[in-house]
Amino acid sequence: MNTKKIRQLKTLTINGKNHNLEAHKDMPLLWAIRDIIGLTGTKYGCGVSQCGACSILIDGEAVRSCSLPVSYGVGKQITTIEGKTDTLDYLREAWEEINVPQCGYCQSGQLIAATSLLNSNPNPTDQDIDDAMSGNICRCGTYPRIRKAIHKAVKLKNK
Amino acid sequence: MEDIQNISRRSFVKVFGLASGGLIIGCQFTSEKESIKIDDGTTFAPNLFVQLKKDGKLILLCARSEMGQGIRTSLTSAIADEMDADWEYVRVEQATGDEKFGNQNTDGSRSVRTILEPMRKLGATTRAILIAAAAKKWQASPSDCTVEMHYVINKNNNKKLFFGDLVEEAMQIEIPEDVQLKDKKDFKYIGKTLKSIDIKEFTHGTATYGLDARLPNMKFAVIARCPSTFGTVKSFDQSDAIKVAGVEAIFEVERVKRPFGMLGGVAVVANNTWAAIQGRNNLEVTWNTGENGKYNSENYTQKLTNRVHTRAKVVPPTKGNVNTAFSKADKIVEATYQLPHLAHAPMETPNALAWVHDGKCEVWAPVQSPQSAREEAAAYLGIDIKDVTINVTFLGGGFGRKSKPDFVVEAVALSKKMKTPVQVVWTREDDIQHGYYHATNAQYLKASLDKNGEVTGWLHRTAFPSINSTFMPGANYAAGWEIGQGMNNNPFEIANTRYENAKAEPFVRIGWLRSVCSIFHSFGINSFIDELASTAEKDPLQFKLNLIGKDRIREEKSPHPLNTTRLKNVMNIAAKKANWGRKLPEGHGLGIAFYYSFFSYVATVVEVSVLHDKVKIHAIWTALDCGLVLNRDNVINQMEGAAVFGMSIALHGKITAKDGAIEQSNFHDYTMTRMHEVPPIDITIVENDEAATGVGEPGVPPIAPAIVNAIFNATGKRYRTLPLSDHGIV
Repeated sequence: MNTKKIRQLKTLTINGKNHNLEAHKDMPLLWAIRDIIGLTGTKYGCGVSQCGACSILIDGEAVRSCSLPVSYGVGKQITTIEGKTDTLDYLREAWEEINVPQCGYCQSGQLIAATSLLNSNPNPTDQDIDDAMSGNICRCGTYPRIRKAIHKAVKLKNK
Repeated sequence: MEDIQNISRRSFVKVFGLASGGLIIGCQFTSEKESIKIDDGTTFAPNLFVQLKKDGKLILLCARSEMGQGIRTSLTSAIADEMDADWEYVRVEQATGDEKFGNQNTDGSRSVRTILEPMRKLGATTRAILIAAAAKKWQASPSDCTVEMHYVINKNNNKKLFFGDLVEEAMQIEIPEDVQLKDKKDFKYIGKTLKSIDIKEFTHGTATYGLDARLPNMKFAVIARCPSTFGTVKSFDQSDAIKVAGVEAIFEVERVKRPFGMLGGVAVVANNTWAAIQGRNNLEVTWNTGENGKYNSENYTQKLTNRVHTRAKVVPPTKGNVNTAFSKADKIVEATYQLPHLAHAPMETPNALAWVHDGKCEVWAPVQSPQSAREEAAAYLGIDIKDVTINVTFLGGGFGRKSKPDFVVEAVALSKKMKTPVQVVWTREDDIQHGYYHATNAQYLKASLDKNGEVTGWLHRTAFPSINSTFMPGANYAAGWEIGQGMNNNPFEIANTRYENAKAEPFVRIGWLRSVCSIFHSFGINSFIDELASTAEKDPLQFKLNLIGKDRIREEKSPHPLNTTRLKNVMNIAAKKANWGRKLPEGHGLGIAFYYSFFSYVATVVEVSVLHDKVKIHAIWTALDCGLVLNRDNVINQMEGAAVFGMSIALHGKITAKDGAIEQSNFHDYTMTRMHEVPPIDITIVENDEAATGVGEPGVPPIAPAIVNAIFNATGKRYRTLPLSDHGIV
């Protein structure tokens, strides 16, 4: 059990900026980012790594911030949806062009997952996209547009 | 928006000047006599929809909640279109919950259907005022002026005046009583595609949903609720929970016995969400599980099934005599269909931030019905609704769940107690286990066929706990409006029909979920007529078109009576797009289903394969007739999403209760359609001059039956219960 005694001061590097925070070492990164640091673009969806709404990039790779303790993020480069990378920007452009979102809530996680995919696979097939993106739930059902937008982002990037 | 029809044009539109230099056009939704007030000359009274600034910025108010249906873009684009405004200048502001805006309930696929015209009228009036202002400036006749993209143009000399430069003159103009709405051919935005006005917010994580609302010194809370509906706290031990770092208070909250009242339980308040959750995990609560603690939903669905197998309460209209038709039949077909409870599971769980202080209450929450939230908050606090402000955030999905603001009452109660702002967060487990559930349902259908394969008699019995039971304890039969969602008003031409409704008492809170009773009635009817077509040895498409019968407009009390021509048209379009009748690969099948709901016409064809006992959906073709199309790509997006939502119902969706407790808890056991399951989805929108009707819900009902019909076509196997995952084929 965690008690009031075991609070620790930590530094997280998010979107290139250092944030000092006092948090229990087991607190998931999600809640540290949202409730303590105050970056609310990263979303809570399930708390158990089932939906991907909380996805963030750690050293360029998408992880589920709801299931990783804050201690895991110390000393690493964290990118959230508020951040900026070239790939993320191409994806944003594609998302906007194809008018992907409906309610928009899951799209932070979708964009982060897509960034991670393109970071490791610059020219994915539909199958690659399905494999990489099936961990992210969109209750509104924007999947066909997400698929299209990822291909579009590849085109924008290669232009 | 019935009340609007009684309002004269003179009182419908109002115009004001702003001390800060702007022009406001408002409309009066509620009372002819009530005047619009501006508090200090720089602040809007909240019933104003259009504000034009001197720099040309056009601020349009949206009084319906944005939950992914695109309403902030579509309704405001109608104003902008009639104004001939440049969309680049448009900003959208969200209205707070207030009766002055008329009905703000964002449900029933009704926003565009009911307030498109008032919005257009606001735009047209503003345009007329701006023309009059320019004409006055030029000393020209208004008839010599026109508007193009934020400029009034003098047709005689091609002089132009920018909207923003007309603000002061416009304030002096008397409001025209009669304004002409545009001709369809002149539409600039209506019927075209506009991207969501909020798209950049969505792609940068800056849109504020309820869960993102923040106030200084706010606390975060979760509530432990009884596993069975309306159970109460017997006792609780907080000794471990209070030790959790960040937990600040733990106390019991009582149930509020109102339809949207809170369930009650034990609240854990902390300085961050995770601490509150950890606190709750360490809380020991003993419950009085109460009457609903005996609920076993699978037994219950079976009980409903038994009830539809015997004569039940007759629901009008009865036509001819089904028994006579059955006795003369060449063939009789009977079938029973069962569907489970469903949960809404919007990606953003229910939540609300409330701040109760100094006799007032302010709330930030993702609500589909801000006025209900306001009433509930005021009722709980015993204060006037004028002292309650409901700020409507973005909704991370709604699907009907966020029409029921029990979560707002919780936040209000906790803020009152804590004397600080408190955000109540529902975890996913809370959302799945303590919702307002879509009703489980059993249906029995029986029909007679004559020698030609024509349907001569039709008996349809349905049983499901009513949404009315949430509002009126003891309502153990379906409401007329629930039956009327396609059951006793199917579009068929059959000489002998009887409709019956069996008793169904509730054991959980029953609530509306996207498409509501159309989900199960469409499944029953569309599955059954496919069975009839098979027995009659006819092509399903031709058989169903024939069953709908001749072209006619049904006589009924409705602003948009059923037009069978439009229904058959969408079926023919979907079938054509799917190349119905073509030779299919081994193991493949095509299925068709259609439904008229929320006054819109939808037909869907699905292609599936069943290989190695696993179903795969290869393609979906949907055709929609919703009359006038407002934002084309948005409508397509809604239809695509409806297909995915319908797939979740067909393949995965099932909520069960055992000993009163919901057995599912999160996305691992209440599963959703995921990307790898989704095929190409082709949407066709019919072009016509009919009035605009809804698009948020009508796309859902045909999907599940089209899938099971396609499986039947592929395999000869008929699935009469959902989800298909129960049958081991997903």
